[in-house]
Amino acid sequence: MKVLVAVKHAVDHNLKPFVNEGTGQVDLSQARRAINPFDEISIEEAVRLKEQGAVTEIVAVAIGGPEAKDSLRHAYAMGADRALLIESTTELQPLGVAKLLQAVVKREMPDLIFLGKQAVGEDYGQTGQMLAGLLGVGLGTFASAVTLRDGYVEVTREIEKGTQTITLKLPAVVTSDLRLNEPRFIKLPNLMLAKKKPIETISAAEFDVDLTPRFKTIKSSEPPQKAGAIQLASIQDLVSTLRKAEVLQ
Amino acid sequence: MSILVLAEHDGKQLKIITSQVLTAAAEWQQPVDLLLYGNQLDAIGREAAQLSGVGRVLIAQADHFKNPLVEDVQDLVLSLAPEYDVILSAHSVLGKSILPAVGARLDVAPVTDVIGIQLSSGEAPVYVRPEYAGNIFTHIENPQKQQIISVRTTAFRPIEANGNAEILNVPVPQSRGIGKWLGESINESERPDLSSARIVIAGGRSLGDEFENLLNPIAQQLDAAIGATRACVDAGFAANDLQVGQTGTVIAPDLYIAVGISGAMQHIAGIKDSKVIVAINNDPDAPIFKYADYGVVADLFTALPELRSALQQ
Repeated sequence: MKVLVAVKHAVDHNLKPFVNEGTGQVDLSQARRAINPFDEISIEEAVRLKEQGAVTEIVAVAIGGPEAKDSLRHAYAMGADRALLIESTTELQPLGVAKLLQAVVKREMPDLIFLGKQAVGEDYGQTGQMLAGLLGVGLGTFASAVTLRDGYVEVTREIEKGTQTITLKLPAVVTSDLRLNEPRFIKLPNLMLAKKKPIETISAAEFDVDLTPRFKTIKSSEPPQKAGAIQLASIQDLVSTLRKAEVLQ
Repeated sequence: MSILVLAEHDGKQLKIITSQVLTAAAEWQQPVDLLLYGNQLDAIGREAAQLSGVGRVLIAQADHFKNPLVEDVQDLVLSLAPEYDVILSAHSVLGKSILPAVGARLDVAPVTDVIGIQLSSGEAPVYVRPEYAGNIFTHIENPQKQQIISVRTTAFRPIEANGNAEILNVPVPQSRGIGKWLGESINESERPDLSSARIVIAGGRSLGDEFENLLNPIAQQLDAAIGATRACVDAGFAANDLQVGQTGTVIAPDLYIAVGISGAMQHIAGIKDSKVIVAINNDPDAPIFKYADYGVVADLFTALPELRSALQQ
């Protein structure tokens, strides 16, 4: 049983982004990058399935520039068996990424494919669903529990007012939600070992895939800020103020 | 210009988000085809036909749509998609799961989580969407021939119900049979739905085991939904589906009351479009006060009983 995990070298989720007044675009030139947190959860799940004996090989794949190797090393340090970088330095949108992953799936033939439910940053949340659509396989989005059974994967999904459990024939695509697991802490020796492990690099251009962006970001802005709260002395004051403002009856 | 909107229902009635998507669709000023799928749709179909702006209600009725799987819904939408210039849905669990796959199979890139739509004739549509957990609003120009869009429903008001649409059945493609629905565990609550409640009161981790005891009576007084922070859910004090924020439910009620919530970025992302935000916190420097309209610095264990009695007066 082989698992493929897609890993994005994303903008650090603790970062507060700002817009460059000159370009009207988000300025990420100084932004620290790290493995997308939902992808870290995916790796963790794959490693746990391997520890249970349900999985034999974990392949981590990243798409991006050479700096994305950092996230692949992170995957290695957590327990991935192989790492693959599809090198591309141009802007990629989810559809292009999904097509590249489709090509990787054809090459690697995994039984199960994990992606994060979204990547921190643009917050598109599309790639996993697109990949399942392109491959014509089953899809379990927003997974909070994953169990492998003979030829099937059982996925518990977070839905609006609770959870839903489905079973999908393998191969299938699963997108990880926050509560699937808590990723392990990486020990320093593991990270040192990961630095020595090979990362196979293939240029995105080698795949015959249309990567043209389909839409264009024309400008970005920071949402209007509030002036700050009107401080009230007591709960009694609060309730009467809200009633006066007709927010409360 | 032809427009298809994907409806959502709970088996008994339409979800309010459907009428919010219709408001977004009304930007195109064309009658809309509203697609309903399920296994017993007669009553819901009649309800849908009354929504303003709907030209036709398309009924896709099949046994396998009792508990639909996303790949079967994908196939249904794809069977109809070629006739439409615009396909819209809510940015809900269903919409998020279906639209990108439909887009990929049509070789169209969807624009998701849209909060604003700008159309002018002869030019490509421009959409506004939040990025970076709502810290940035980005304008996206989408020149593609077919527009596939999901909208953040809290950004759109529900449409009125004074329409009279035609209802017709559409053929349903066979189920692919690659998946099976096993079951659902739904948290039944007497409280209004978090995503559409007019008032929401939410608590942070500091409420601890008292979370329900402290918030329930006030929620009842206000007919409010109850929400919680991620830390509070992770600590096991509140159920998963109560989580408000970037990774939970994004809400925009008329009144949001944050109790013992410091205001982490990912929480703020889920509440900042609320009309009025009230914060009650014992830390005067809590970031939540920067986003609130009204604040009270107080200990929540005394403030909540006070709030309860003040509301009774």
